[in-house]
Amino acid sequence: MPDETPSPTHGFPGRLFVFEGLDGSGKSTQAALLGKWLQAQGYRVFFTEWNSSELTAATIRRGKKKNLLTPTTFSLLHATDFADRFERKILPPLRAGYVVVCDRYAYTAFVRDAARGCDPAWVRNIYSFAPRPDQVFYFRVPVAVTLKRKIASRVKINYYEAGMDLGLSPDLHDSYARFQTRLKSEYERIARTDGFTVIDSSRTVERIQTDLRGYVRPILENFPTGERLMHDS
Amino acid sequence: MIARTYGSRLPGLPDESLSGKLIVIEGADGSGRTTEVSLLREWLEVEGHAVVDTGLRRSTLVAGEIDRAKQGHTLGATTMALLYAVDFADQLENKIVPALAAGSTVLADRYIYTLMARAVVRGASREWARRLYGFALRPDLVIFLEARPEILLHRAISKYGSLDYWESGMDLSLSRDLFESFFAYQDRLSKEFAWVGAEYGFHRVDANRRPEQVHDDVRALVAPLYAGPFGARPATRPRPPVIPRAARAASS
Repeated sequence: MPDETPSPTHGFPGRLFVFEGLDGSGKSTQAALLGKWLQAQGYRVFFTEWNSSELTAATIRRGKKKNLLTPTTFSLLHATDFADRFERKILPPLRAGYVVVCDRYAYTAFVRDAARGCDPAWVRNIYSFAPRPDQVFYFRVPVAVTLKRKIASRVKINYYEAGMDLGLSPDLHDSYARFQTRLKSEYERIARTDGFTVIDSSRTVERIQTDLRGYVRPILENFPTGERLMHDS
Repeated sequence: MIARTYGSRLPGLPDESLSGKLIVIEGADGSGRTTEVSLLREWLEVEGHAVVDTGLRRSTLVAGEIDRAKQGHTLGATTMALLYAVDFADQLENKIVPALAAGSTVLADRYIYTLMARAVVRGASREWARRLYGFALRPDLVIFLEARPEILLHRAISKYGSLDYWESGMDLSLSRDLFESFFAYQDRLSKEFAWVGAEYGFHRVDANRRPEQVHDDVRALVAPLYAGPFGARPATRPRPPVIPRAARAASS
């Protein structure tokens, strides 16, 4: 019998898995692989990334380009974007009983906004519409490694990504390293308070993926696959 | 510093005191807010005060998104509430705070209270809305122009020739009939304003009357803000006379 009992953490029939960590921690690769595997198992999967709603994407781009954003507007704009994605894309599949995989979730905002000096309690309240996931995987990585990957990728580091708006350092790379260090210490702090599952990202892709599948399996035991959602057997 | 806002930190708020005055005029569409703001502005400028006015949906950051979203009617309630919050925060930080720091009087044609009431009517919790706007500066004075729904209706029709989709709360599906929806929506809003007003200390002014009469009452509320010592302002600045209560009573 398919288990249609609601999730014990958020109460919706679907299941919600979240991937968090610094840029370059390998979380996106792993999230995509896990999504693929879940689909291959026959589950209905919905995959979503941070900052992908059409609504505010242009504003965020424009604001960032012209360095118009303050910590407060930066925070609220990302919250708006997330709310739009949440209301239109994440919540419906969660209610319909899908497995939702999020590459970054509200925790990304908690960490970034705190690093920018926003009131953490204020930020938490804004995102209180976002339910607690079934499991959060936090990819732990040394800042030096992410910096090396960032430079190797030859993707230009942008102003806000480097936390240049905080005036930590006039040098882009130096500012990036300092800002990532702040983000990391905030991640480490909430990893404890919010009960994240810590993934050591220094291991091989295969090893990590094997572990992730191991974590997910018990949560999805007896969970209905797509076939069973669409047809009576 | 926290005492200057409604409870949460506003990063970047200057540490020195903001010597200007923040005066908020709240009220439904048709309550005469815009007229009152321009009368008040005129009076304060004649008295020698620098005045900056502000209102909702005037920030360049997201005003376009709000307009587009309204045309499409596709946004969820939380998203819409947050989009308005971005617009407000941008104006607060880029317009209101600098003007107050420069010693100007800021006249706000609506403030967080309208945004909170609208969000709550659309399903947000009061607590969420209250905390969302915890970064807002506490105004020196909040005046609420209170008018009966029938009066609002007639003013809306004479001004626009019809009822506005949003001011009638048509997005709430209270009724398919615009006229009925308008009353149902205004009723809900005014209930919400009653709560917000009690919590945030509104000064209510009867706005069912003519603009001049309303303005007399508004002046009487505003004048005491300038009667005391001016803090950072030069002592030579002309001070407006306080209108005697008896004179006001006679004129209304």
